[in-house]
Amino acid sequence: MTRADGTSQRTRRRFLVETAALAGAAGLGLDSGPAGATPASMQAAIRNVTGEAKLNKGRVKIDVPALIENGNAVPLTVSCESPMTQEDHVKALHVFTEKNPQPNVIGVHLGPRAGRTSVSTRIRLADTQKIVAVAQMSDGSFWSDEVEVIVTLAACLEGA
Amino acid sequence: MARALINAPAKAKRGEAIEIKTMISHMMETGFRPDSTGRPIARDIITELVCKYNGEEIFRAELFPAIAANPFLAFFTVATESGTLSFEWTGDNGFSATESVNITVE
Repeated sequence: MTRADGTSQRTRRRFLVETAALAGAAGLGLDSGPAGATPASMQAAIRNVTGEAKLNKGRVKIDVPALIENGNAVPLTVSCESPMTQEDHVKALHVFTEKNPQPNVIGVHLGPRAGRTSVSTRIRLADTQKIVAVAQMSDGSFWSDEVEVIVTLAACLEGA
Repeated sequence: MARALINAPAKAKRGEAIEIKTMISHMMETGFRPDSTGRPIARDIITELVCKYNGEEIFRAELFPAIAANPFLAFFTVATESGTLSFEWTGDNGFSATESVNITVE
């Protein structure tokens, strides 16, 4: 580093001030409503599943109504193209949301004995947001699909 | 004991992919809802469903609070042999429930 000591000091001070301001802003943000997942925390949750592997688009399909009147029970089907043989099958399916209080929705573990990769359930959606599904294949690759849904009556947060 | 419903075909052809539908009564309290005093109600959910076909695990699901009350799950499996499909749900506060159905494969 060629910087003189004085400059370095000033930069450090400014950094501290800015960090404090940011922390304050974050604190205010938390006070104004319940803590929720953010696009960043969803990405972190997805990384938790995929690790360093590349996340490809395609092969997986999310089937969910585009307009949801009641977020308390939303029918969701996740399917994936795969021959489901011993050599080439889907090992796991994961579903994430962007703005629910927690990014994880469900994690499903399958094997070649499933025959067909299609899992249905009913989920809660707290807001108009993006849903992401990730499939883990037996060869170690990851595939994903995402959909935007509009929610008119939100789940989870009544009374908040 | 929570009431559980299983819908699976009683008879199937060998090698056919059959759909299994499961549902169990459970309120799936998220842990994010406030009570009348504003404090969050403690989380109480089913966290896992395991399905075994003649003792061998064929399907496992980890559930999070974003799963709606009375968790419904439908999935496929290949009918390999006659026998029993057994289901086990586990969850918070020591929740546990089991159910099983018989299947005849021709």
